[in-house]
Amino acid sequence: MSFIEIKGIKKHYGEGESRVDVLNGIDIEIEKGEIVVLLGPSGSGKSTLLNIIGGIDDADDGYIAINGEKTANMSEKDLTLYRRKHLGYVFQQYNLIPNLNIKENVEVGAYLSDKPLETDEILKTLGLYEHRHKLPNQLSGGQQQRTSIGRAIIKNPDILLCDEPTGALDYKTSKEILKLIEEVNHKYGNTVIMVTHNDAIKNMADRVIKLRDGAIRKEYKNETKVSAADLDW
Amino acid sequence: MDERNFFQQLAFDFTRCFITEDRWQLLLKGILVTIEVSLVAIALGTVIGFLIALCNLSKNKFLKTIGGIYTDVIRGTPSVTQLMIIYFVIFATAPIPKWLIASIAFGINSGAYVSEIIRAGIQSIDKGQTEAGRSLGLNASQTMTHIIMPQALKNIFPALCNEFIVLIKETAIVGYVGLMDIQKAGDFIKSATFSAFMPLFATAIIYYVLIKVLTLGLKQLEKKLRKSDVR
Repeated sequence: MSFIEIKGIKKHYGEGESRVDVLNGIDIEIEKGEIVVLLGPSGSGKSTLLNIIGGIDDADDGYIAINGEKTANMSEKDLTLYRRKHLGYVFQQYNLIPNLNIKENVEVGAYLSDKPLETDEILKTLGLYEHRHKLPNQLSGGQQQRTSIGRAIIKNPDILLCDEPTGALDYKTSKEILKLIEEVNHKYGNTVIMVTHNDAIKNMADRVIKLRDGAIRKEYKNETKVSAADLDW
Repeated sequence: MDERNFFQQLAFDFTRCFITEDRWQLLLKGILVTIEVSLVAIALGTVIGFLIALCNLSKNKFLKTIGGIYTDVIRGTPSVTQLMIIYFVIFATAPIPKWLIASIAFGINSGAYVSEIIRAGIQSIDKGQTEAGRSLGLNASQTMTHIIMPQALKNIFPALCNEFIVLIKETAIVGYVGLMDIQKAGDFIKSATFSAFMPLFATAIIYYVLIKVLTLGLKQLEKKLRKSDVR
């Protein structure tokens, strides 16, 4: 049994003439500790799939099972606890809480966990310790994304979901963020599922899944994995 | 004939309107009635407004319909008509003090406007904030309470202050149900003295000062709220 089992996931938006089938039956199995990159152009359904894995969105059909536990069978309360316990989420637009400072933003994640990591240690690892009393709008995009990663990993989640984590960042900062995600994966052993349309990022993955028009077009184990530091595009 | 210059005439009118027969006490009582009605109406309007906003934002069709009808009816009818219906029809035989009935009427009226302000404030918060809350493991109500509302409140505060100011001025129609507020006291003095200038200007000045004090207080509060955004 795989750590994450994604079986027959279908999803559509709209009805009648405006109906769009976003996912047309996705089957994926992911092992614990893997870095999986979901590649695909805009509208391929990769972010929708990530939201369904994250329990933010519902599938029309199919199921997600984490350690054999199906999310579709969970009540809203259990689903909330599932997200709290298993998931860390990194968004493209960071989605930090603007009225909380950097430390407080990270602590929100810690507060909700029963096995949180040490806040100051995380802030130091992320290079944010000296900025901890600043508000998100006083930091650069890269620093905000690092905060978002801190908020996600402080819960020490089993699964780190990253939705275009470098989508709003320049080359140099993007590489910093990818190195950080890789470091987190090595240090804490979280399973990382990363959505991106940047083809180069696939090289740091253990497994690559290419999506197009809501279906898997290609899936393979990356035998020539390189470190995030060696990525180039 | 007794000739008075402008200032002597003013002093004479002032004395006749406010000092003779202690008519200033009417205005004082009027101020208390206005404050009493306004404060209760503001509190009630805020509570109703919040609940109706939640109904309007709810996915539950029944709640959404209730919220929609409420907002539509209240905004579509004059407040003086609502006041009179509530006083002369709904609470016609109820043993409730006049000022409280007026407060309820203005609270119900204000609730519709406050609900739209709150709804707009909540909807102005980026969808990503809700996603962030849910992904962290907060349920829908925790996300609303801990993440969305604190941000929304800061945004809606100026509009809410404006609504409170409008509400205070709106209470000037309570005379229709026989309550002696500032406006009614002014009217009473006008009728008793056949002088329009002094009582009407006094009424305007009293409203202005009341609203100025409230505005300054609310501005200070807003400043404190905004202070938490700059560290």
